[in-house]
Amino acid sequence: MRSKSVSLLLPFVGLLAGSVVVVLANPRADSGTIEGKVTYTGTPPKMKPIDMAKEPTCAKEHNPPEMAQNVVTGPGNVLEYVVVYISAGGPPSPTPTQAARYDQKGCMYIPHVLPMQVDQPLQIYTDDPFAHNIHPLPKLNPEWNKSQPPGAPPIETKWSKPEFIEVKCNIHPWMHGYFAVLKTSRYAVTDNNGSFSLKGLPPDKYTVTSWQEQYGTQSQEVTLAAGETKTITFTYKVTPYLY
Amino acid sequence: MGKLFAIVVTVIALVSAGLIAAHVWWPPVDISTIGPRIDRQMDETMAATGFLFLSSQLILGYFAWKFSDNKDGRTIRYFPGGPGPLIGLAIVLVGVEILVLSFVGSKVWAAVYMTPAEPDALHVDVAAEQFAFYFRYAGPDGQFGVVHPERVRDGNGNYFGLDPANDVAARDDTIVGTLTVPVNRPVLLTMHSKDVIHSFYVPELRMQQDIVPGLTMPLHFTATRVGKYEIVCTQLCGLGHYSMRSFLEVLPPDQFDQWLKTQSGD
Repeated sequence: MRSKSVSLLLPFVGLLAGSVVVVLANPRADSGTIEGKVTYTGTPPKMKPIDMAKEPTCAKEHNPPEMAQNVVTGPGNVLEYVVVYISAGGPPSPTPTQAARYDQKGCMYIPHVLPMQVDQPLQIYTDDPFAHNIHPLPKLNPEWNKSQPPGAPPIETKWSKPEFIEVKCNIHPWMHGYFAVLKTSRYAVTDNNGSFSLKGLPPDKYTVTSWQEQYGTQSQEVTLAAGETKTITFTYKVTPYLY
Repeated sequence: MGKLFAIVVTVIALVSAGLIAAHVWWPPVDISTIGPRIDRQMDETMAATGFLFLSSQLILGYFAWKFSDNKDGRTIRYFPGGPGPLIGLAIVLVGVEILVLSFVGSKVWAAVYMTPAEPDALHVDVAAEQFAFYFRYAGPDGQFGVVHPERVRDGNGNYFGLDPANDVAARDDTIVGTLTVPVNRPVLLTMHSKDVIHSFYVPELRMQQDIVPGLTMPLHFTATRVGKYEIVCTQLCGLGHYSMRSFLEVLPPDQFDQWLKTQSGD
């Protein structure tokens, strides 16, 4: 009897939850968008294939081998994995309650760069049939490294100060990624066309910042009127040498 | 009880000596020019130590068998002067044996450590770190780039701390995670550790060398058989020690040249 009444209530609970999500996700009618591309000039370094010979399972999974992801370019001289975010302007964004998810799969970090907001929950999963030892290298937040044997539950954590944190695996030295811990949840990571889009921005004067792990940050001021869409481009000067 | 002890001691001695003599736990196939000498040295060492081991255990067994049941109340007699001279004699005998073994074995040891690598040896620079080996080849210019320890960064693959933007010699250095060498050509490794003591061990090469931080550890060998062999770290170097390994790939000379060319072209 009890379970029946609970099951009858479920659609209403679902509906309520759905409407909350719609309200949160639905931007204001006068909100605008800042979109654009991240490009480069110069000759970028050639990424080398990652040698996973010491972990044969992964070497077999990545055939042909994955290339290093420090500088990933696309057609039209664009850069992938660049974090673009609002560093000033607009109302403060509430801390998301939904966890950011980071995966260790096939001896790779997925995604290569994971943006998240300060104090947002972070879950780190492992899908591999052998152990990893994830080791973020923060400079402002406390440093730690934790082992995750196969089948281990996700590591649940968060970062309390904004910074770009390099992540490595103490067992597989080629595993390399970043946590981009930001003060805002208005961010995007460029795709393989170098494109980004920051939507749902109320009218204001914004500072938009881009960050690339090898070439650092750039900023632009953008004034956005109600309902306006502005297109901007960040351009990095690159050199053929990765280090 | 004494007779049982005598039987157990004799059986253990005979079985263990027999297993060693039969090469039951012998290392895998030898693929290096120095291997036969090391194997012969190992055989000689095992024969000398085995003879002493077997003799002492059998004598122990014999005496235990013969004198354990002292029912007729005979007085126990000692060697003249008590056990002291006997112990002294044993120490001298064992000492002489160790010295002889060291002297004989040092010839093989010196062939590896006191003899420089041949001038045409392929030079490969090795960086060991928790928990991987990385290998560096000089590239077409035959020159290694200068190492800047402060530039070492695993995140962007700069395992050796190179500065190609300002160092021309570093630009064509090839860095890989598998040690690839040509067959029948001498190879010189110069090995460094970036953190703790590691050890480079390839059982098939009969080569095992600790890599001590702060020192350049040279090691040279000539591989005689094409194939792929495991390189393992044999110094407990931390949490991931069990996973610290790489591979030695021995290629025919033409395939090796092609491989190196492909790597340099990247």
